[in-house]
Amino acid sequence: MNLTRTFATAGRVLGQIRHDHRTVALLLVVPSLLIGLVAWIFVDTDYFTDIGPAMIALFPFIVMFLVTSISTLRERRSGTLERLLSMPMGKGDFILGYALAFGLLAVFQTAIAVSFAVWVCGLEIEGSLWLLFAVAVADALLGTALGLLASAFARSEFQVVQFMPLIVFPQILLGGIFIPRDQLPEGLEAISEWLPLSFAIDALQAVAADSESAEWITAKLLVIVAWIVGSIVLGSITLRRRTP
Amino acid sequence: MIQHMMNNSDAASGAAIIVQDLTVVRGGAPVLDRLSLAVPRGRIIGLLGPSGSGKTTLMRAIVGVQVVKSGTIEVLGLPAGSRALRTRMGYVTQQASVYDDLSVRQNLAYFRRIIGAPASDIDRVIERTELGPVAGRLVGSLSGGQRSRVSLAAALLGAPEVLVLDEPTVGLDPVLRVELWALFRSLADDGATLLISSHVMDEAKRCDRLLLLRDGALLADDTVQGVLQVTATDDVEQAFLRLIERDEPDLRPTRETKRRTER
Repeated sequence: MNLTRTFATAGRVLGQIRHDHRTVALLLVVPSLLIGLVAWIFVDTDYFTDIGPAMIALFPFIVMFLVTSISTLRERRSGTLERLLSMPMGKGDFILGYALAFGLLAVFQTAIAVSFAVWVCGLEIEGSLWLLFAVAVADALLGTALGLLASAFARSEFQVVQFMPLIVFPQILLGGIFIPRDQLPEGLEAISEWLPLSFAIDALQAVAADSESAEWITAKLLVIVAWIVGSIVLGSITLRRRTP
Repeated sequence: MIQHMMNNSDAASGAAIIVQDLTVVRGGAPVLDRLSLAVPRGRIIGLLGPSGSGKTTLMRAIVGVQVVKSGTIEVLGLPAGSRALRTRMGYVTQQASVYDDLSVRQNLAYFRRIIGAPASDIDRVIERTELGPVAGRLVGSLSGGQRSRVSLAAALLGAPEVLVLDEPTVGLDPVLRVELWALFRSLADDGATLLISSHVMDEAKRCDRLLLLRDGALLADDTVQGVLQVTATDDVEQAFLRLIERDEPDLRPTRETKRRTER
């Protein structure tokens, strides 16, 4: 581990994105647009109050997963990763640099998405807005971390794109958006208890309804953080200096 | 015997790269099969052979990014891929491995920080590769030749002792190619060892020594003069053909690396 190399990598990744204005705009605006769309769909009903918090968990998570996994895959395919790993670049420095860069983007993206949901779409938040924001950021970071991990196993863009339905969709389906998790069949409920996105959705819904204590929500938040750390560690372990 | 072993360690100081019995398998087929060779320090060694002969695989193995089935590789007396070698070697892949969405200077600034080279190195390598006029431009907007020079410039950061360059002159216009070879010569004069691959036989004559590779085996390990003499021709392409015809490689390692590889 070396902070100079980690920060240099984070700075470089942000520098690359900064040159691509359209990507920056898409990253920051797309989750909010989708949340707005969902709010509009349910504008004549009360459903948005129930699923709005889950949408804050969902869209940034998906967007960050895709963007991160594709940009690290690009690095692999362009030969720059091989060059870096032939240099004194730590595997952890590389992964953490990416996590920092996309983590920073996730903070901005989430801030916009939460503000949009609350002040434009009129999502009612009974609990602490700060706690909502904290969980939402952790959730977007989770997307980044899982994206980093997924790209380690993907050899092509085709594979990376398919990792999304494979890794992300089951978490959405079992996350309690379609039916509450406690109404799932026993086996699926048990699985859903372990999926990180379930923790994020639970926590966001609890903050919105102010139905649980701050400690309960913090505990959920810590589980998400553990998933983030675990994915980053696993991602850097699976990175290979030597390839076939 | 003891005398002999001492000679070996002396000899090691003369060789920058020592490959012994290297076998690499890719996609189930052996790409390199029990290959042994030595590269003397401070010289330009041309690694020539047709596409598919194993040049890139050999280079990747020497840099330490290739999974190797068996055999040993020493670079500057250390096992290939050692942590200590990562600042002492420069590697340029065939495809320019730089970031298209950063400027030339931003690319070099990033790689400099990874290597830990002094900040003044950026201007030095820009000057040496004559990228000054385009230093502020995005790499993606440059020509293929310019991009590969950016990739080369990145490898020159930190003044590495061993440079492994995979087809660095491919697709360049003749003027630029001559300039690059002048640069390679000046780097060797400064003491660097350069292993340069090419499939253009013309370029062979600019090297000090040649490694001719075909189907993962050496056809020749000799000086340019030596190869031409053995095959009684003045054309490296012709020499290559005659070596295939006579079915006996021309292996004459330099004196300083000979004992080591024959062990």
